[in-house]
Amino acid sequence: MDSITSAASVVAAGLAVGLGAIGPGIGQGTAAGGAVEGIARQPEAEGKIRGTLLLSLAFMEALTIYGLVVALVLLFANPFAG
Amino acid sequence: MGFLPFTLPFAELEVGQHLYWQLGNLKIHGQVFISSWVVLGALLALVVVGTRKMERDPRGVQNLLEFLWDYIRDMAREQIGEKAYRDWLPFIGTLFLFIFVSNWGGALVPWKLIHLPSGELGAPTADINTTVALALLVSLAYFYAGLSRKGFRYFEYYVEPTPIMLPFKIVEDFTKPLSLSFRLFGNILADELVVAVLAFLVPLVVPLPAMFLGLFTSAIQALIFATLAAYYIGEAVHEEHH
Repeated sequence: MDSITSAASVVAAGLAVGLGAIGPGIGQGTAAGGAVEGIARQPEAEGKIRGTLLLSLAFMEALTIYGLVVALVLLFANPFAG
Repeated sequence: MGFLPFTLPFAELEVGQHLYWQLGNLKIHGQVFISSWVVLGALLALVVVGTRKMERDPRGVQNLLEFLWDYIRDMAREQIGEKAYRDWLPFIGTLFLFIFVSNWGGALVPWKLIHLPSGELGAPTADINTTVALALLVSLAYFYAGLSRKGFRYFEYYVEPTPIMLPFKIVEDFTKPLSLSFRLFGNILADELVVAVLAFLVPLVVPLPAMFLGLFTSAIQALIFATLAAYYIGEAVHEEHH
């Protein structure tokens, strides 16, 4: 693998995870904030809110993980390695 | 997946290296088979031990199994609905237990002590082939569920509420298994990688919090996979009331 391809792959891997983390980060913050508000309003619903929150957080996390999968493919299974 | 292995100089991680077994024309990843057999064996042993001498007041393993059964049944009933959940309870339960025990087995069993000629043992779900197979099973399951319950009326679902939705619903059939498999694969592999990188940098104590976080997320991933599988099946068998 020539050096320009590996350099581009490493930069792209970093960008894939970094950029992929922005959106889900904002989304998780919004969701957690909403959950805190819900618990403050209605403390008896905490169990249900927590369960739903964890499930939705994991869904958002999956989006970053897609970026991570792309990064891992670039680093460890690069199709352009030649 | 044709993983071309190439090693990075700054981290000795064995990603993309496999113990290849030749089976006819197929090259299979042996380490995944070994660890899934261990997982299957552990699950079978647990269930056989737990149900051999059943008592009216469950104790020990039987108690654990009944708790699991209740848990999975509640989840399946909530997603699939009262009418159809009984048919799909074994499928959902098997998915959940296999994925859960795979994830935790990959993290808790000291696989590194067993040395393989190539590749390394770990969670079977950290291999894309396993998760794609599970996700395709889910796809088959919801098609079968919808077709067997509604016949060709199942395809009405594609043009409801308006025929404009048709392309989106068709694309959805492809994105469902894609996201199911990538979510599970990525999460489990990411957990293993984070622990491996931390253990590579600081071998003692420091990886422990990451390990606990990994156990937590892998349990949630098993739950999510099973919940989504149940949700897709529930969507397919759901009767529209006009």
